[in-house]
Amino acid sequence: MLTIRAFDTEAGDRFADGEIPGFVHLYIGEEAVGVGTCAALEDDDYIASTHRGHGHCIAKGLDPKYMMAELYGRAEGYCNGKGGSMHIADVDAGMLGANGIVGAGPPMATGAALSIDYQDRDQVAVGFLGDGAVAQGQVHEAINLAATWDLPAIFVVENNHYGEGTPVEKQHNVDNLSDTAQAHDIPGLTVDGMDITAVAEAVGEARARARAGDGPTLVEAETYRYRGHYEGDEEPYRDDDEIERWQDRDAIDSFKRRLIDRGELTAEEFDDLEREVEAEIEAAVEFAQNADPPAPHEAYDDMFAETPPEIERFATAARTTTDGGERIEESRSSSEPRSDGGRSGGERR
Amino acid sequence: MTAQAERELETETETMTVREAVRQALREELERDEDVYLMGEDVGLFGGVLEVTSGLYDEFGAERVRDTPISEAGFMGAATGAAATGTRPVVELMFSDFAGVSMEQIMNQMAKMRYMFGGKAEMPVTVRTTEGGGMGAASQHSGTIHTWIAHFPGLKAVAPGTAASAKGLTKAAIRSNDPVFVFENKMIYEQEGAVPTDEEFTIPLGEAAVEREGEDVTVVATQRLVGESLQTAESLAETGVEAEVIDPRSLYPLDTETIVESVRKTGRLIVADESPLSYGTHAEIIARVQEEAFFSLDAPIQRVGTPDTHMPFSTPLEQEVLPDGDDVREAIERVT
Repeated sequence: MLTIRAFDTEAGDRFADGEIPGFVHLYIGEEAVGVGTCAALEDDDYIASTHRGHGHCIAKGLDPKYMMAELYGRAEGYCNGKGGSMHIADVDAGMLGANGIVGAGPPMATGAALSIDYQDRDQVAVGFLGDGAVAQGQVHEAINLAATWDLPAIFVVENNHYGEGTPVEKQHNVDNLSDTAQAHDIPGLTVDGMDITAVAEAVGEARARARAGDGPTLVEAETYRYRGHYEGDEEPYRDDDEIERWQDRDAIDSFKRRLIDRGELTAEEFDDLEREVEAEIEAAVEFAQNADPPAPHEAYDDMFAETPPEIERFATAARTTTDGGERIEESRSSSEPRSDGGRSGGERR
Repeated sequence: MTAQAERELETETETMTVREAVRQALREELERDEDVYLMGEDVGLFGGVLEVTSGLYDEFGAERVRDTPISEAGFMGAATGAAATGTRPVVELMFSDFAGVSMEQIMNQMAKMRYMFGGKAEMPVTVRTTEGGGMGAASQHSGTIHTWIAHFPGLKAVAPGTAASAKGLTKAAIRSNDPVFVFENKMIYEQEGAVPTDEEFTIPLGEAAVEREGEDVTVVATQRLVGESLQTAESLAETGVEAEVIDPRSLYPLDTETIVESVRKTGRLIVADESPLSYGTHAEIIARVQEEAFFSLDAPIQRVGTPDTHMPFSTPLEQEVLPDGDDVREAIERVT
C-alpha cells in the first residue's frame, strides 16, 4: 500500500510537471482493495484491471521501475511505450492490463477463467471494475457467462462512490452494488474497502469457492479516491469535508495502527519502510527519466504475430530513415537486454 | 508453405459443399489441437443456425463445442481473454450484423491488446460469421460488414469464395496467432467444389487465387461473386472477351501483387464485392492498383457492389440491390 501511494503521488507530481503525457488516473485512497485482493491470490492467478490500474499492477508484483518507464513512454516500459498509464500489462505476471474502457475488464477475466477451466489449471481470474462499470451491459454479460459455466472468476467492484464526476446513487438503483449479484444467483457481499484484511478475507473465500468449482463471487469494496477522477479534475462534485472524512479512515494509517497495537510493527520500522519505498520510487523515476525513448520504427512492431506487408513497408521505410534512426538504434542497444524476464512478478505457465 | 507444396496437397480432392468444407476444417482442427474449441449461440446441440457445426457436438462434446448465452459482448470478450491466456477459441457470430453488439470487445480489446501491451499478448482467436443477402433475411441478418473488420488495424479478415478456400482459410485462421475473421457468405453454403483432403492443407493468409486466366479484363471478385463472375466469364468468352477472375480470398492482408500483376496484363479492372459501395473494400483494392499500376490502366475501373442501402426484405427489392453476375457482365461491357 505504501508503494502504491508513493508511486501514484510521484506520478501525479510528474504529470503536473509535464513529464508524463496523456491521462493519469490515480489510485490514492483505494490501496487496500487492490492489495487486499492480490494478497488473497496466488502468483499465477490473473487480474484484469481498470483505467485506475497502477495499484493493481503493484499489488500483483509488477516492478515500479518498468511501470514508471511506461508512464514516461520509454522503450523499457512494460509495453515498450505503446500502452502508457491506461494499458500497463504483464500477461506473464498474470496482469491482463489496465483498461481504458469502463467495464471491459470483467469479460477479460471471464475469458481467463474459461482458459483456466478448459485446461483444468489451479488458478482463478479476478476482474476489477469501478462502481460506474456496474451500469455497463458487458459487465453483466461477463458475470452471467462465468456464473452459468461455473468459471473460477471473482469480480471485485471498487466502489469509490463516484463514476467519474457523478455520485454512485445517481447512477444505480440498488442500495448496494453487490445486490446485483442476486440477478446472477452468485454470492455478493459488501466489505469495507478501507480495511485490507476485510478485503483479503472476502477475496480469499471467493477464491476457495472458485477453486472448488462453485463459480464466481462478486465482492463490493467500499472505498474512496482522494484525488480527482483524473489528474487535472477540478472536482466540482464534492467538498473537502467529505474527502477529510474518508481520509480519517485511511487504509494505511488504520492498518499501521493495528499492527503497532498488536506489536507486529514498531513506529520506527514503519518509518524505515516508508523511507525504503520512497527511495524505490525515486529510483524508478530516475530510471524512467534516463531511459531511452522507443525508436520511431517500433511504432510498427507488435500489431500482429505475423506482420503483413501493409505494415512491413512502413516499418522498412522507418528503419532506413537516416535522420535520427541510427542514432536512436545505437543508444537503444546500450541499454540491452531490454526484455528481461526479471520484471515479471509471476511464473509463465 | 510453398506454392508447390500447396499444389501437391491439393492433388487429392473430394467434392463437397462450402458448408461441409468449413465443418471439415473445424473437425480437423479440433482433432489436431486440443486447445481449440468452438463457442457461440446454438453451435452445439442445435448444430448452428445454418447447420455449419452440425454433428460436431456429438463428436467432441459440450466442453469443446460450447453453447453460449445470447450474449455477443460477453462471449466475444471471454474469447479475447481466453485467447490471451493460453487457449484457442473459435467463435461463431451467428450473423455478422451482430458484430454491432460485440464491437467494443472486437475493436478495443481483441484488436488492440497485443499492440498496447508491446507484443506481450497472444491473440489466437478465430471469429466465423455469416454475411450476405439473398434469402429474405432483411436488414439485420443480411449485412456484409467485412470492410469494417478489414479496415480496423489489428484484425485479419478472410472471405472464401469456393469450398476449397473455405476449408483452407478456416484452418489457417485457427492456426494463426492473430485474430482472424472468416466471413462466410450464406448463399454459397450449398455450392460444391473440389476440396483437398490432406489435413495439412491450409491457405496462407494474404494469398489470392487466380480462378480463371484471361487477357482482356481482370475481375477481382469475392465470396458469392467469385462463382457468378466465373459463369459470366465463361459466357463472355463466347463473345471473344477473356476475363481473368481473381479471388483475393484474404481481404487483410490483401495480395496486392497478384491483382496488380493481372491488371498489368489486362489493363482493365472490375472489383465485385457485396459490401456497400461507398468507402469500402472496392475502394481499397482500386487504390492499391492505381498506386502500383496506374499507367497500365486502359479504361476506368468499375465497381460492382451493393448500392448504399440496407438489404430489403421483399424479393424484388432484394434482387434490385444485390450485386450479381449480370452486374459484372455489364461492368465488363462498359470497358471492353
